[in-house]
Amino acid sequence: MSERAIKSRTDAAPLDIQRVRADFPAMSLEVHGRPLVFLDSGASAQKPRVVLDTMRRVYESEYANVHRGAYYLSERSTALYEGARDKLRDFLNARDRKEIIFTRNATESINLVAYAWGRKNLKAGDEIVISAMEHHSNIVPWQMLRDEMGLTLKIAPVSDDGEFLLDAFKALLTDRTKLVAITHVSNVLGTITPVKEIVRLAHDAGAKVLLDGAQAAVHLPVDVQDIGCDFYAVTGHKLYGPTGIGVLYGKEAILDAMPPFMSGGDMIGSVSFEKTTWAPLPAKFEAGTPAIVQAIGLGAAVDYMTGLGREKIAAHEHDLLNYATQRLASIDGLKIYGTAPNKAAVISFTLGDIHAHDVSTIIDRAGVAIRAGHHCAEPLMERLGVAATARASFGVYNTREDADALVKALETVQEIFG
Amino acid sequence: MLDELRELYQEVILDHGKKPRNFRRPEHPTNEAAGRNPLCGDQLVIYLDIAKDGRITDVAFVGKGCAISMASASMMTEIVKGRTVDEAKKLFESFHRMCTHDHGESPEADGDEDIEKLQVLSGVRQFPVRVKCATLPWHTLSAAIEGVKEVSTEAGG
Repeated sequence: MSERAIKSRTDAAPLDIQRVRADFPAMSLEVHGRPLVFLDSGASAQKPRVVLDTMRRVYESEYANVHRGAYYLSERSTALYEGARDKLRDFLNARDRKEIIFTRNATESINLVAYAWGRKNLKAGDEIVISAMEHHSNIVPWQMLRDEMGLTLKIAPVSDDGEFLLDAFKALLTDRTKLVAITHVSNVLGTITPVKEIVRLAHDAGAKVLLDGAQAAVHLPVDVQDIGCDFYAVTGHKLYGPTGIGVLYGKEAILDAMPPFMSGGDMIGSVSFEKTTWAPLPAKFEAGTPAIVQAIGLGAAVDYMTGLGREKIAAHEHDLLNYATQRLASIDGLKIYGTAPNKAAVISFTLGDIHAHDVSTIIDRAGVAIRAGHHCAEPLMERLGVAATARASFGVYNTREDADALVKALETVQEIFG
Repeated sequence: MLDELRELYQEVILDHGKKPRNFRRPEHPTNEAAGRNPLCGDQLVIYLDIAKDGRITDVAFVGKGCAISMASASMMTEIVKGRTVDEAKKLFESFHRMCTHDHGESPEADGDEDIEKLQVLSGVRQFPVRVKCATLPWHTLSAAIEGVKEVSTEAGG
């Protein structure tokens, strides 16, 4: 892995995947009379029982609004909500808990930066650099800002096999480059981008760096201080947590200097009709009643991942990636998109001339769930010269047998299409 | 498992999907419309020549998409050519019912050979998310007739 070598402790046994699977109720589901083979964690991951139990427990016995009530339940839910922030601080290794802003998802995290940081710090003629393999959520907010403010949007290219081209990226940086917004792991290609080098080059050019960690945080240990980025966007539901909760990490000094994103309750220091002052971080960016129980659920999810060991999760997924790649490559006519050496457990492919949706429909009947389509990355699909791909993405609960089931189901597709 | 799939992916569908008929771009169509399914990226353009008497004298399409959408478009072009605009609209209604209603509620073909031909696509009923693949070409045809330039399966998509 790119950022930190996976150091499996020699005294530690590998993950017991059957025990992990038992932690996830969905892993015992059947669909169309077949055991579920869930290979769409890249879209959203299944949830371990501890997340579900935690959320239920909070709703049943520890729930009230946060940050306001001077009574037991409110103090309790506030402690749990703020405790979740501490867990996320640990998870990303942020320097301070104030640097962890709860949002709805990675999309909102990116939009927060576009609106609150971008509008204040950018001016006409400034440049933003993104990459050719961004998800729409890391393209559209910058396009809108470009059109509103007269900015220039530059696109860092990727190679045919899906590698981030560092030299070409470097050549795009000028003294007008004010922001670099790049994904940490491509949701289509699985490519792990060289984020430390990206940050170094961008900072040398005087630009801030936002990393889209929606895919990365689940596959790799992430250390925002080591990476050195200014912003890091995360979504909870891909991290085995609930939907409706995400995180924006931002360096304290930068967040401090930013105006609020949304305004209302909970984010104010004091309000009079003449003047309102902002609450200190992180409350300044958390207007209104937050997703209290979802945040606590996400805290339970990252605890769960930490408990399993993130290096061990990464090692397990790496094994799955290698095994599945090898098995898939043996299928006649199957083409894999994204073969960068540094890759997370995401495999996009096409099968001969057969459209990805036909592939998906057919293998669904064998219980195999994959994603088919453009994966919210239409410019990348254009670059790859393909309208749609099938994508198998692996999570901690997947096994080599899941890869075998995928291969077997793909053989049925070929049988039907003749 | 295979039975339902074979009902969806019948030989005739696979054949139309692989070798779509009337797959071309005419130089001067009287009507055209683009159809898109933003969820899956399927897209096609339907070209029509509509004579003054309302008869569709030529119909062609280009596009890319799954076997179901391509086969449906291909079969549609064969069937609506020579029909009047009103007949084409009625066919669309029948076809739409056929794709969405359960067995037994299927509209009677009434000996209409063209409706019978389209029955081959009725397997999509067992695959609700794929119904839009089969109906996208017809929605696009309808748009072209009405003079609407673009149509999407997802109004808000």
